[in-house]
Amino acid sequence: MLAIPALATAAVLVLAGCGSRAGDTAEADAGTAAAGSCIDTSGDTIKLGFLNSLTGGMAISEQTVSNVLHMAADEINADGGILGKQIEYIQEDGATDWPTFAEKTEKLLTQDCVAAIFGGWTSSSRKAVKPVVEENNGLFFYPVQYEGLESSPNIYYTGATTNQQIIPAMDYLAAQGVKTLFLAGSDYVFPRTANAIIKLYAAELGIEIVGEEYVPLDKDDWTTQVSKIVAADPDFVFNTINGSSNVGFIKAYYDAGLTPETTPIISVSIAEEEAPAMGHEVTGNYASWNYFQSLETPNNPGFIERWQAYPDSSGVTSDPMEAAYISLYLYKALAEAAGSFEVDDINAAAAEGGITVDAPEGVVTLDGENHHISKPGNIGRINADNQFDIVWSSDGFIEPDPYLEGYDWFPADVRDALVAAAG
Amino acid sequence: MDALISPLLNGTALGALLLLAALGLTLTFGQMGVINMAHGEFIMAGAFIAYLTQTVVASSNVSILLALPLAFIGAGLLGLLLEIGIIQWMYRRPLDTLLVTVGVALILQQVALQIFPAQGVPVEAPDWLSGQIDVFGYAWPLRQVFTIVLAALCLVSLAVWLKYSSFGRRIRATVQNRDLAETSGIRTRNIDRITFFVGSGLAGVAGVAASLIGGTNSQMGTQYIIPAFLVVVAGGVGQIKGTVLAAWALGIALSFFAEWTTGSMAQVLAFVLLVVFLQFRPQGLFTVRTRGLT
Amino acid sequence: MTRLKPWLPVIGIAVFAVLLLVVAPAVLSMHWLNNLGKYCCWAIAAVGIGLAWGRGGMLVLGQGVFFGLGAYAMAMHLTLESTAPGSLPVFMILYDPLASLPAFWEPFRSDAFTLAAIVLLPVIVAGVLGYALFKRRIKGAYFAILSQALAVALAVLISSTIRETGGDTGLSDFKYFFGFVLNDDANKVMVFMIAASLLILCLLAVWQLNRSRFGELLVATRDAEERVRFLGYDPANIKLVAYVVAALMASIAGALFVPIVGIITPAEIGASASILMIAGVALGGRASLFGPALGAMAIGWGQSSLGSSWPDGWVYILGLVFILVTLFLPMGLSSLFGKAKGLLWRSRGTPPDALDEPAPVLEPVGDGVTK
Repeated sequence: MLAIPALATAAVLVLAGCGSRAGDTAEADAGTAAAGSCIDTSGDTIKLGFLNSLTGGMAISEQTVSNVLHMAADEINADGGILGKQIEYIQEDGATDWPTFAEKTEKLLTQDCVAAIFGGWTSSSRKAVKPVVEENNGLFFYPVQYEGLESSPNIYYTGATTNQQIIPAMDYLAAQGVKTLFLAGSDYVFPRTANAIIKLYAAELGIEIVGEEYVPLDKDDWTTQVSKIVAADPDFVFNTINGSSNVGFIKAYYDAGLTPETTPIISVSIAEEEAPAMGHEVTGNYASWNYFQSLETPNNPGFIERWQAYPDSSGVTSDPMEAAYISLYLYKALAEAAGSFEVDDINAAAAEGGITVDAPEGVVTLDGENHHISKPGNIGRINADNQFDIVWSSDGFIEPDPYLEGYDWFPADVRDALVAAAG
Repeated sequence: MDALISPLLNGTALGALLLLAALGLTLTFGQMGVINMAHGEFIMAGAFIAYLTQTVVASSNVSILLALPLAFIGAGLLGLLLEIGIIQWMYRRPLDTLLVTVGVALILQQVALQIFPAQGVPVEAPDWLSGQIDVFGYAWPLRQVFTIVLAALCLVSLAVWLKYSSFGRRIRATVQNRDLAETSGIRTRNIDRITFFVGSGLAGVAGVAASLIGGTNSQMGTQYIIPAFLVVVAGGVGQIKGTVLAAWALGIALSFFAEWTTGSMAQVLAFVLLVVFLQFRPQGLFTVRTRGLT
Repeated sequence: MTRLKPWLPVIGIAVFAVLLLVVAPAVLSMHWLNNLGKYCCWAIAAVGIGLAWGRGGMLVLGQGVFFGLGAYAMAMHLTLESTAPGSLPVFMILYDPLASLPAFWEPFRSDAFTLAAIVLLPVIVAGVLGYALFKRRIKGAYFAILSQALAVALAVLISSTIRETGGDTGLSDFKYFFGFVLNDDANKVMVFMIAASLLILCLLAVWQLNRSRFGELLVATRDAEERVRFLGYDPANIKLVAYVVAALMASIAGALFVPIVGIITPAEIGASASILMIAGVALGGRASLFGPALGAMAIGWGQSSLGSSWPDGWVYILGLVFILVTLFLPMGLSSLFGKAKGLLWRSRGTPPDALDEPAPVLEPVGDGVTK
């Protein structure tokens, strides 16, 4: 019965070893206790962490992001590295499991002592990473368009926030004279939040929402929901479906006899990577992004060429991978402006403003306050080669506004409550 | 009227797809007692074979018809390999077949992810399947009709094969009393292999149908496996008519629940309803009495 | 020596306790101690699975349900504790800032209610479910498939009630654990100690159960349910007890997972998570005392370390673990140890954990007396 004394000892240890409690004076210190950075800058390399799902359901999307990050790291290294140090990247697998994202973030920050982490795709993975980078005062660069209404001193967002993708899409629809809109999305935080914003803005624009349907992320069967679209007969369908569920939706849409002529779809998650899996059935529909492979900018041809020559290339370029590519260059720009790899120095450099990256989508500027970047709004129409013909572009770059402060139709109490909750 | 017609027809088509997915299981699980969790990945194999056929025979009008027998054979061979390599050592441990095949499923998914483009591949529907027919004012997609016809064809062939062919007789004999069948000169090992081949092959056919409905990618099999097993259990194991009824009922239930609530809630309600149903009829809709020892 | 033999498991548990409670905190970094705490949670669930599956023959493929009940009870409490008084959890504001807190969240403000829920919820759910299933003599593959379907149903239910439960994103960003600041190494060690101690307690409990008359009846029910019935016992009740104990352990595991890992999502309780819990038990040895716990910890460790260095490889290894262990070592790695021990002690008769599974292939469900 040795275990009993052992347990008793443990109980004593537990009680003796208590740390700070809520309301303690020590609490304020505890919040930053773990913040001591362990970034090693003594050698001639700098460690960065890449965190993408290489296995599990999201591997279908995130593998490309991981590959393009490798390409960007190779490019920067060939060009002399960051502050004269070669990038040594540590690739971790998030395994499509949000707690694994949290665990690997902690590992990268506290065990590997990386200077920054790049990756994530779903909003859920970002929300799993957020508390961990904040607690350890690390840096996380997130490359995918998302639902906005978030900001963190420890996260930089190189994908679009709502006012750079969804609001331009709504403006485009309004300009086309759309009167009725049907919302179809996957059942998780991005579509739910995006649709909440769409409904608010639609009311402002005088567009009627004639239906709203959600299907679990990993389900392909959309037949019943498409029947509802047929019955509702909307002018346009706003599609916030993510992943392979899109294929099932497009097939059901096509089979039901819906066409881009009668009931066009505008998507925010179908890009050059995803479109080929839907074949010709998606042709003629629209997508709202910031970057398209067909974009005519000075940097784009070189980017496409380098990517197509890269060994792990998927052959096409798309918005999320371009945003991931930007994220590494944004970090380079920040570290060089700060002259340091320390998180606080980098945030200080960001706050000073004027950080730009000459990206494939154009020269993007970092907003030092909300850590998002300016982006051009573009709407593309899918052609027979599963590429996008650009049908609309914003006047210049759109400044990021994650809390929609420039839009008075967005309820101020929601904004205030969210800002207060974010601290 | 439309609110009733469309879920009824959609549900019937969904039920047909579930039936195709479950039909192979009535053989491998129902007749042989093997819980093959890699059945979903055999469905995936069928879908990828449909894609590969299309890369060789460009015309989707022809290739889909060619893909059906090829997927049957391809998935069947995978099943045969599984039977010879692993399952044959496990007939005395039915529950353990579940664990073994979970491992097989994991490996097959990862292999598919590495061989094919991660985003999945397109399988084009043939022209003769694009379009709708009018049913009481509801434009019913031809592809749904195709799924139903395909399921019916597979069902009838399987039933006839089991009931009237000498193979079928031998399978039934082996299932009912292995020792007696062996004594009567039936090579039960061969029967096991053929049954497993056909059961897995049917998953391949289901895969071709699935490739016309959803995405063809490494994860596609996972969404079919649990509903397929539930259908077999609810129908009464080894009972084809029960499986048909259960698949249809589940398809209808899913469609009506999705019509009234949301796609997610439909899943929850249908699963819970099935579990409750099995409380009252644990042996499923129909029962078979075997000479298996308890 | 033979007088010592019955006490060997206790000595083993004591050594294990010292390793976990004294050695581990002394030598491991905070990151790995936290990971070890996570493995302890899976091990606690695995100990219960070992009892239900290894000893009781019930392949509990849906332990995620009970893991989830405990985890979400704890997570709701911690979320409320981390939310400023009078305001809503952040994810709820996102959809409707003016909504009030859903009624079922309200009682989880209370420490006592949360702890009671973690214990009572799984007992009630498993009790009702198990009673219905076992009285109807649902067993074997049917039981496995049904329990898995329930885990899927619960995971989808949580995913689809995003306003009330946080949906697919789950609940995270906990700041306090019953008043203790979670972002404080001393408190992290404390939470680890609680998890490790509960694992030791669960091992002791299962050891005691296995030695008892109930333990013998459970193994007897696994091996020959009809004979147990003919002897005048109701196998349903015997199985029910094992099932409820396993559910309780899964719930405790889930509750501790939340403060240690800092996030709970429906994916942690769905079909694949439930199967992963089984993997460790199969690897370690389902019917042995230590096998399930050690196996679960090994799988957890493999996921953290191999999954990092070689992600594709880890999936293949996990697949092969399922295949090879089931094929060649149906009683897990501990059966190797058992065989070696058998030679050593020259014990006569077969120990209960070395028995192969009984033979029936196709049983008519609910019709057990058809002969």
